Amino acid sequence: MSNKIIELKGLTKNFDDQQVLKGIDLNIYENEFLTLLGPSGCGKTTILRIIAGFEEPSKGELLFNGIDISKVPPYKREINTVFQKYALFPFLNVHDNVAFGLNLKKVDKSVVDQKVSRMLKLVGLEGFEKRDVTLLSGGQQQRVAIARALVNEPKVLLLDEPLGALDAKLRKEMQFELKKIQKEVGITFIFVTHDQEEALSMSDTVVVMNNGIIQQIGSPEDIYNEPENRFVANFIGDSNIIEGNMIRDCLVCFDGIEFPCVDKGFKENEEVEVVLRPEDIDIVEPEKSKLKGTVASIVFKGVHYEIIVKTDRRDYKIHTTDYHEVGKSVGLSFTDEDIHVMYTMEN
Amino acid sequence: MKKRGKIGSIIYIAICFAFFYIPIIVTMVFSFNSSKSLTRFTGFSLRWYQALVEDRDIMSAVGVSLSIAVIATAVATVLGTITAIGLSRNRKVVKEWLINVNNIPIMNPEIVTAIGLMILFSSMKIQRGYVTMLLAHICFCTPYVITSVYPKVRSLDPNLANAAMDLGATPFQALTKVIVPMIKPGIYAGMLLSFTMSLDDFVISYFVTGNGVANISIVVYNMTKRTNPTINALSAIVIVIIIVTLLIVNLVPEAVKKRQEKRVEKNKRMMQENMDSRKLD
Repeated sequence: MSNKIIELKGLTKNFDDQQVLKGIDLNIYENEFLTLLGPSGCGKTTILRIIAGFEEPSKGELLFNGIDISKVPPYKREINTVFQKYALFPFLNVHDNVAFGLNLKKVDKSVVDQKVSRMLKLVGLEGFEKRDVTLLSGGQQQRVAIARALVNEPKVLLLDEPLGALDAKLRKEMQFELKKIQKEVGITFIFVTHDQEEALSMSDTVVVMNNGIIQQIGSPEDIYNEPENRFVANFIGDSNIIEGNMIRDCLVCFDGIEFPCVDKGFKENEEVEVVLRPEDIDIVEPEKSKLKGTVASIVFKGVHYEIIVKTDRRDYKIHTTDYHEVGKSVGLSFTDEDIHVMYTMEN
Repeated sequence: MKKRGKIGSIIYIAICFAFFYIPIIVTMVFSFNSSKSLTRFTGFSLRWYQALVEDRDIMSAVGVSLSIAVIATAVATVLGTITAIGLSRNRKVVKEWLINVNNIPIMNPEIVTAIGLMILFSSMKIQRGYVTMLLAHICFCTPYVITSVYPKVRSLDPNLANAAMDLGATPFQALTKVIVPMIKPGIYAGMLLSFTMSLDDFVISYFVTGNGVANISIVVYNMTKRTNPTINALSAIVIVIIIVTLLIVNLVPEAVKKRQEKRVEKNKRMMQENMDSRKLD
């Protein structure tokens, strides 16, 4: 990837006696769509507010193009924000909201008009200049907020859970649209969300956070297929997490059975945790598998059934399009690649 | 049954209005009386208005009242607004405490405030007069501004100021370009309250003034010791001013709104015409 634009180095933040960020190291690159993903209270919004300049870090450095900006006030940073509830100025119309930043810089009126209408075209609100922002729908307000931020031509755009207030269908549309806008303007987007699906479908890089600590940084595929620990595996998608131990490279033992796998680099007999995604497990005839059990429940979920299979050690969650009757004896089958071995969490 | 209830309520309302407005109407009518009587209308004349304009005490009192009301309102509005904004950014405990403390002067009997201020000024050896009266008025007006502005500030999205700064506004610009426009209704309400409170204050003004400086209320109080229809003329003028102010306050926003609507319609029509002419091309 290209040049680093923002670097966080050993960033911590305390509110009163509570430490909400416990040493964050993160590099953000030019043209990257980076998502900070985690449950509420994990510190992701605090990181965003520090980058925007609304909070000062307690310790650590915040570099922008190699220069520490942690003491620079927000109005001097080449960074703009789309706020959670948009924070539009209700006493101004669409045009004046978008033009706010340019007017502060005393840009010529004809240039302002031109830039504003170009930006409104980009976000799909052509001809909305004179509308009252309070009478727009949630999705339209969202677009105004994006236009208002982007018209200042920032190097980085911060988005604080911007899709949270939209209904499911509109949210899908906006995900697609945001990605499109990001490609068109070609700048870095830092997106904060607690919605894993949003994070996976839009980002180049996902940063999974919990309790003020980064759990994993990686591409959406990495995060989903190779979660680094139990928290990430649990937070991203459904998963079966099983304690086991690594006999040697490419051989793992769980539920008292040895399975060949593709993971290497663990110590011999090291205790590990194994992730099996529900959609990776197939239900087969009992005699065709090492792992046997009975169907305990089946729930229709739309695209697939969610089946719980009880073995003598535990319950396995399986997603399949085939129907299996409750009480039926079945075998569970998965390939070597489907087994993902992780280090156990220290805590 | 239902009908009788309706008649009852009409009578009730009529009595209410009679009680409110008959004294005012009587005052206004008798300000045009040609004799000194306050009970018998002997004929129309502008005699008392002439006496009013010629009375130097009253005219200087009008000047004192108006200038003090204007200055006190301006100072109290700025002070109160800044305080309310600052308050909203404080910790919850501090906020609640200060709001309660702020309510004390409002709840307090005026006479207590008056005597308190009088003792304060004399213990500090400040010569009582115009300046002390002005300070006292600023002092009792500010809490009203805070109480009317604070709820507006509290209802703002806390990110609005951040949004302004994010877009390049300095903190002061964020205040003047975003926060103040949004809390304007609260500020206007506080201003109006301050102005009326200051204009008709008697108790506090009476105690903190000196050196012969008097506002309208004090002059009127001194005049009531003997019959003097000049008061009627003065009251009539004050009432007319208040009615006109109320009409302006209530009708101007309405008119502005209508004009804006008209402009929007005109824009729409122009756009339509543009499109039509383009079609013709």
